[in-house]
Amino acid sequence: MTLYNLSTPFLYILFILLLPFEIPNVLLFVLAFITGLTIDAFYDTPGLHASACVILALVRIFFISVTVQKDGFDNEPEPTLSNKGLRWFSTYVITLTLVHHFFLFLFESFSFSGLPYIVVRFLLSSLFTVFLILITGLIFFRKKERK
Amino acid sequence: MRNLWIFISKYNAFFLFLIFEVTSLIIYVKNNSFQRAEFINSANKVTGGLYAKADEFYGYLSLKEVNDSLARENAHLRNTLKSSVYADTVTKHKVTDTVYKQQYDYIVARVINNSVNHNNNYLTINKGSKQGIAKGMGVICNKGIVGKVVFVSDHFSLVQSLLHKDSQFSAMLADNKEIGHVEWSDDMDPHKGILKDVSNNARPKVGEWVVTSGYSLFPKGVPIGKISSLRTKGGGYSLNMEITLSVDFSKLEYVNVVDNKFSKEQEALEAQQKKDE
Repeated sequence: MTLYNLSTPFLYILFILLLPFEIPNVLLFVLAFITGLTIDAFYDTPGLHASACVILALVRIFFISVTVQKDGFDNEPEPTLSNKGLRWFSTYVITLTLVHHFFLFLFESFSFSGLPYIVVRFLLSSLFTVFLILITGLIFFRKKERK
Repeated sequence: MRNLWIFISKYNAFFLFLIFEVTSLIIYVKNNSFQRAEFINSANKVTGGLYAKADEFYGYLSLKEVNDSLARENAHLRNTLKSSVYADTVTKHKVTDTVYKQQYDYIVARVINNSVNHNNNYLTINKGSKQGIAKGMGVICNKGIVGKVVFVSDHFSLVQSLLHKDSQFSAMLADNKEIGHVEWSDDMDPHKGILKDVSNNARPKVGEWVVTSGYSLFPKGVPIGKISSLRTKGGGYSLNMEITLSVDFSKLEYVNVVDNKFSKEQEALEAQQKKDE
C-alpha cells in the first residue's frame, strides 16, 4: 500500500478530544503533555508529540469556548459524537486534527525544505485520522435518552 | 500585583500553554540530534565563544574516559607488536599451516592500591579472573616490568611488585644478551634493583639497558632498567651490578597483565612436533 508510507494515523489524540468539557485547564494541559510524552517514548522522538499535543489542548480550549454554551454541560458532559451530533463533532475533530497534525509534521521536519512532501503527508494523515476517529465515534454511538 | 494575578488567571490557558509548549520543545530539541544541529547553528552566531568555553570545560570532565580508552588502545597495540608474537621460525618447515602464533595477550588494568615503602610491596589492580587474569601472570607497564600476579579474585588481583624480597625475574643485558636475574636492591630504594648471576665473560657498561630475557613470564625485551653501577659486593663466579629501575613504582596508574598463552600450549605443541617428525 503506497498510501501507507505517506499516511500515518494518530488515533491517540482522541483521548484528548474526548476529555470532559469542564476539565480544568491545568489538568487538560498536564494530560495532553503526558499523553504526548508517552507516545514519544514509543516513537523515540522525545518532545515532538508532546509539543503537538499541548498545542492541541490550547486549540481545544479555544474551540470549545467559542462553540459551546457554558450552561449545557450537565446532561452532556463529554464532547462525543452521540452527545453533540455529527455536524459539531466532525467540525471539532477535523479542526483539531488538522492543527495537531500540522504542528506535528512541522516540528518533525523543523524546516520548510521538502515542503510538498510534508504537506502531502500532513493532509493524508489528517484524513486517515479523522476517518478513524469518526468510525470510533460511530462504534461507541449511544442514542440520547429522552427525558 | 493583584491586576497581574487577575490577568494571568483570566488567560491561564495561554500561560499554561506557554509553559508546556516550551518544556516539550526544549525536550525535543535537546534529544534530537537533527534539530539540535539546526538549533546550534543559529545559536552559535550569537554565543559561539560561550559554547567553545563550555566545550573546553566538558573536555576536562571526560579525561578519565579518554585515558581509559588510550590505555586500552595501548594494550591492543602491544598485542600487535612483534615481540608479543611467537615467531615460529625453527619449526616453520614442519608446521606449515601457521607462521605466527599470538603468544602474549595484554589485559589493561588500573592500579587501585599501591605501596613502595614496605619490606614486601604489593599492588592491587582492578581486573580479576572474570577478565581472564590468572595467578602467575606477569605485569608490565609502558615503562617496564612491574611484577607478577600472586592472588586473583573475581574482579581484583594482587600483584607482587618487583619491590619484594621474593621477587626474582629473568633478565639480560640488552646489547650482548648475557643472562642474569633481577632482584630488588637490599637497601629498599624503590628506584634501584640488582642484576645478579651474569657470566664473567660479559663486559657490561654503565648506562646499558637491562631487559627481560623472554624465558619467564614476560615477552623478550621489556625494559627493566639501566645499569648504574658495576661495583657491588658479592659475586665471585658471576657478576652483580646495580641498576636504576625504569618504572617509577610510586606513580603507577595503568598496567598491562601479560597472558602468556604459549605456556599452556607448549606441551601440546611439542607433542605435535614429535608426531610430525
